[in-house]
Amino acid sequence: MLVFGLAIIALALGMGFVLYTQGSVPIRGQGFFGFLFETTWNPVSGVHGAWPFLLGTIITSAAALALAFFPAVGVGIFAAEYAPPKIGSVINYLVDLLAAVPSVVIGIWGIFVFAPWMRDTFYIPVYYWAVESAPALLPVLGAPASYNIITATLLLALMITPYTVGLTRDAIKLVPREQRDAAWALGATHWEVMRLGILPYARGGIVAGAILSLARALGETMVIAMLIGNSNRLPFTFFGPASTMPSVIANEFREAVETMHLASLMAVGFYLFLLTFVVNLIAAYIQRKLNIGGRVL
Amino acid sequence: MTVRARYIRDGVMRSLLIASTLFIVVPLLIIISYVLINGIGALNWNFFTVELGSPARAMQGRPTGLAHSIVGTVIIDLMALAFAAPVGIAAGIMLSEYPDNPINPPLRVLSSTLNGMPAILMGLLAFALVVRPFGGFSAVSGSVALAFVMFPIIARSVESVLRTTPWSLREVGLALGLPRWRVIISTVLPAAKTGILTGVLIAFARAAGEAAPLLFTSFGQNYMNLDPGRAMDTLPQRLYSLAISPYREWHAMGWAAAIVLLVFVMTCFFVARLVAGRFGTRADG
Repeated sequence: MLVFGLAIIALALGMGFVLYTQGSVPIRGQGFFGFLFETTWNPVSGVHGAWPFLLGTIITSAAALALAFFPAVGVGIFAAEYAPPKIGSVINYLVDLLAAVPSVVIGIWGIFVFAPWMRDTFYIPVYYWAVESAPALLPVLGAPASYNIITATLLLALMITPYTVGLTRDAIKLVPREQRDAAWALGATHWEVMRLGILPYARGGIVAGAILSLARALGETMVIAMLIGNSNRLPFTFFGPASTMPSVIANEFREAVETMHLASLMAVGFYLFLLTFVVNLIAAYIQRKLNIGGRVL
Repeated sequence: MTVRARYIRDGVMRSLLIASTLFIVVPLLIIISYVLINGIGALNWNFFTVELGSPARAMQGRPTGLAHSIVGTVIIDLMALAFAAPVGIAAGIMLSEYPDNPINPPLRVLSSTLNGMPAILMGLLAFALVVRPFGGFSAVSGSVALAFVMFPIIARSVESVLRTTPWSLREVGLALGLPRWRVIISTVLPAAKTGILTGVLIAFARAAGEAAPLLFTSFGQNYMNLDPGRAMDTLPQRLYSLAISPYREWHAMGWAAAIVLLVFVMTCFFVARLVAGRFGTRADG
């Protein structure tokens, strides 16, 4: 058993080690931070820097979490505490189903239905409005492409929602009955029971869940690769294409023939590893701190 | 605050919660119905029996399908399961049954960390470990990548299932003087077997929908291939290639691939739920 346990350690640390050795040439050549903060990515001229992708990853993930967080916590609360048990379990079922939908399936819907619809009903009207009445906004908005940061972020938010909902649900489930009963007995309204009795107790679990969802968003590949438009050029604009660390690996790795290009993509993978590793460790730390009722979450 | 204001606030919050629920559930239903409507129309007998071939084949209206992708998906997923299930179950046992072992706390942290790792990194790892040394894209490397995806999920869900089996079961075995490994094999595992099955199925379903780790391991193919040492096609990855291809005919096949993939993954998911529901154990990764 010990041997198989060690397989977990081997996979986790081996992944970091292998990615580092595979990407060590550009990382050592430009320095750890030199590669990270290099703003140009141009395989043709042989200049490789991770900054555009780091920026793209952080922008899309943070925005997706910001969009998904409150609705997701709302669904978790509603399903666990407000809805009648039957409806609650149907909602939970649908949310789990959403988690099970493969990201390429959401991606194909995004490409053929969502992105064109968003372009016609939102990007183009807003763009023309800006041209006429707010030209100062134009450099920020950028020319409207159907595959852009907003499209990708909205679908990314949809994709991480079930994780946030699930972890919120688990956190609320751990709140002892007495907390609710005490609040009801004081004459609290339903919302006050939530606000005073349950949310403070579940707060840590909900925050840890949000951080875990952030880690999901950071690593989500296919939906982004299909919908963000894949541009390596800074600056990014709202309606313009961009790239993230996973999406550039997905898009360029198959076509990368030069050793340096391949090694640089591996190096981007190494930074992605470090980023998600740290974010997950933070979430694990918060969860370990919450040793509620003798059960480690 | 007056009682009235408190009730108004209660009502406002309740409607906000309902609104956010609709906000999540409605897009899901929209996506599923689009996939069903667009996919059904593109499904036909050829889809399941003919290989894809070159784009010209679809544009000239000759029979074309994704038989090779379906076969490839089954082969690669099953190989991945064969790699990942034994190791994952054993790692889960290690996590749950030997909490006194000094490496257990860091192991648990790493286990939950691995669960949140991007699948594409598993693909890069398999590329470095299998594709590079053996000099080419292969179905085996794809299943190794998927096995890396499944392994932490299985370990985590087996761990949580074993934790819910009552301690008295173990005490019975230990009281009889059995060694710990024997107690695990003869009492703990039989009691938890449906839960373990659920966990394995959920991991399988999750990995079966992944395209990212396969892009540069099993690589993809337009033709039928049963040799695991060569590049092989899979549905998620083919769906991606079809969707971003410039051919209208291939877009329609992409929708058909989406419905097949969705049905496949959902079936795994429903069976897992059914097994879990019937036997009353839960194993959500």
